Amino acid sequence: MIVRPRAAVLALPFLTGACSYQHYQSIYGNAAAETQQFNTLFIIFLAVCAVMYAAVIAFLIAGIGRRRRSTQANVVEDGRHHESDPAMHVGLRAWAAVVGVGLVGLAIASFFADRSMASAAANEKLSIDLTGNQWWWDVQYNSADASKTLRTANELYLPVGVPVRINLHSNDVIHSFWVPSLAGKQDLIPGRDSDITIVPKKSGIYRGQCAEYCGTQHAHMALVVNVVSYADFIKWWDHQLQPAPAPAAPLTQAGYKYVTTGPCSACHTIGGTPAGGTVGPDLTHLASRRSIAAGTMPMGEGNLYGWVEDPQSVKPGNHMPTIGLEPAQLHAVVAYLETLK
Amino acid sequence: MSSRCLASLLIFGVAALTLSACDREERHSRSKPVGETVPAGESPDTIWPGGSVPAALDPRAKLYDNNAPAISQGQQLYMQMNCVGCHFHGGGGMGPPLMDDEWRYGGRIDQIAASIAEGRPNGMPAWRDKLTDDQIWKLAAYVRTMSGQPSKDAVGSRAEGMSTTTPATLAPREPAHSSDTAGQ
Repeated sequence: MIVRPRAAVLALPFLTGACSYQHYQSIYGNAAAETQQFNTLFIIFLAVCAVMYAAVIAFLIAGIGRRRRSTQANVVEDGRHHESDPAMHVGLRAWAAVVGVGLVGLAIASFFADRSMASAAANEKLSIDLTGNQWWWDVQYNSADASKTLRTANELYLPVGVPVRINLHSNDVIHSFWVPSLAGKQDLIPGRDSDITIVPKKSGIYRGQCAEYCGTQHAHMALVVNVVSYADFIKWWDHQLQPAPAPAAPLTQAGYKYVTTGPCSACHTIGGTPAGGTVGPDLTHLASRRSIAAGTMPMGEGNLYGWVEDPQSVKPGNHMPTIGLEPAQLHAVVAYLETLK
Repeated sequence: MSSRCLASLLIFGVAALTLSACDREERHSRSKPVGETVPAGESPDTIWPGGSVPAALDPRAKLYDNNAPAISQGQQLYMQMNCVGCHFHGGGGMGPPLMDDEWRYGGRIDQIAASIAEGRPNGMPAWRDKLTDDQIWKLAAYVRTMSGQPSKDAVGSRAEGMSTTTPATLAPREPAHSSDTAGQ
């Protein structure tokens, strides 16, 4: 009965480690050069500190068990303890040397990890502007060719093996960029530019999360990072540059009319249409994303219905207002949004 | 426990109870039920012939006036919807200034909401189909802070961006024209 809670506490680190489903969001993940270096550095620190800790505890136990010699009762008070015992003299010097070597070793390991991360930042091949908002991520892919600049939201695509520099900004309060399997954390501070460089090493889908409390819906501010091959990345970029397809069916046409002339267009942009608001996420390829409302719900018809009709019941306090669409309008709007692949 | 300690505890308790009675932080994340349109669908009159009674203040005004979250969200909308483009930060430019005591179409919160919803001649667009009622009322609540109308404990102490005007908490309350406000 008494043992059980203690066993549960002991099992906790292992349980939290098991939470990482296939490294989707894992603090032990090593899908990028940065996290690989961090993990190596962590293991070196852990090993050195564990050896020193074991040595200190061993000396402590030996000291407790050692019997006091009556003839040397007062040497400690004299302050001449070490002189009285040549073995102690040598032992203390050896101990100081071990501490010195250990600290220098840690400093060297940390220096090399830092240097290799800094060299990745100098070799950037792709620049992305990531802006934090309450409570979603605005993503802009920069290109020397202005017509290839791309704006999207809540989802990053990164090519394997290419150093990517992510410039971090905030529109309102302090947020923090954290994709545990890849990199982070790095704060997004209003009025100040910060950046982080990632060299993804393993393709896959990773989940990021705002790591600085930023208001009532902080927990629903997730970022999906897709690491794909370079060819797939270029294919994705070219697809995202395409404007939204013109609606064909009468229902989607009605939705198009409402979205581009109604309140939606005051905040949202849909490429190739008159909707050009810059307040909310870009919806040009909304239906191609994995989730709605920064990871709040998976993308799907039912969830789109729920989100468009009453965003305040799904994510209370977010800045998308409940408009109160009539059923016919709602069917049309959702049908149109689903065409934005 | 000394009587002095007891007295300070008592004062603290009374202060906590008094503060909790303030409703400056009252939030309502969802807008009003559908069908209830902003300012009752028609402009409240701004000029009344001598002796007649002005229209009563819209009952929803008390939900937004002197409400800190509503005012700060109105302030965000003022930037996001580019009100700044014409009215600047209240000083006026292409559009009339909003920080003085002149109100062409009324300075009451429901009159301002009506002006935003319906638009006004010579350039002010109608926002009724672009913003929700809730957002329009929040904007109106913020617009009133520029001439210092709401109480000072509800207004934001700093601007969202760089500001060259007096902070809203220090802005003097402009006396509005009696014909516009009719004693409100």
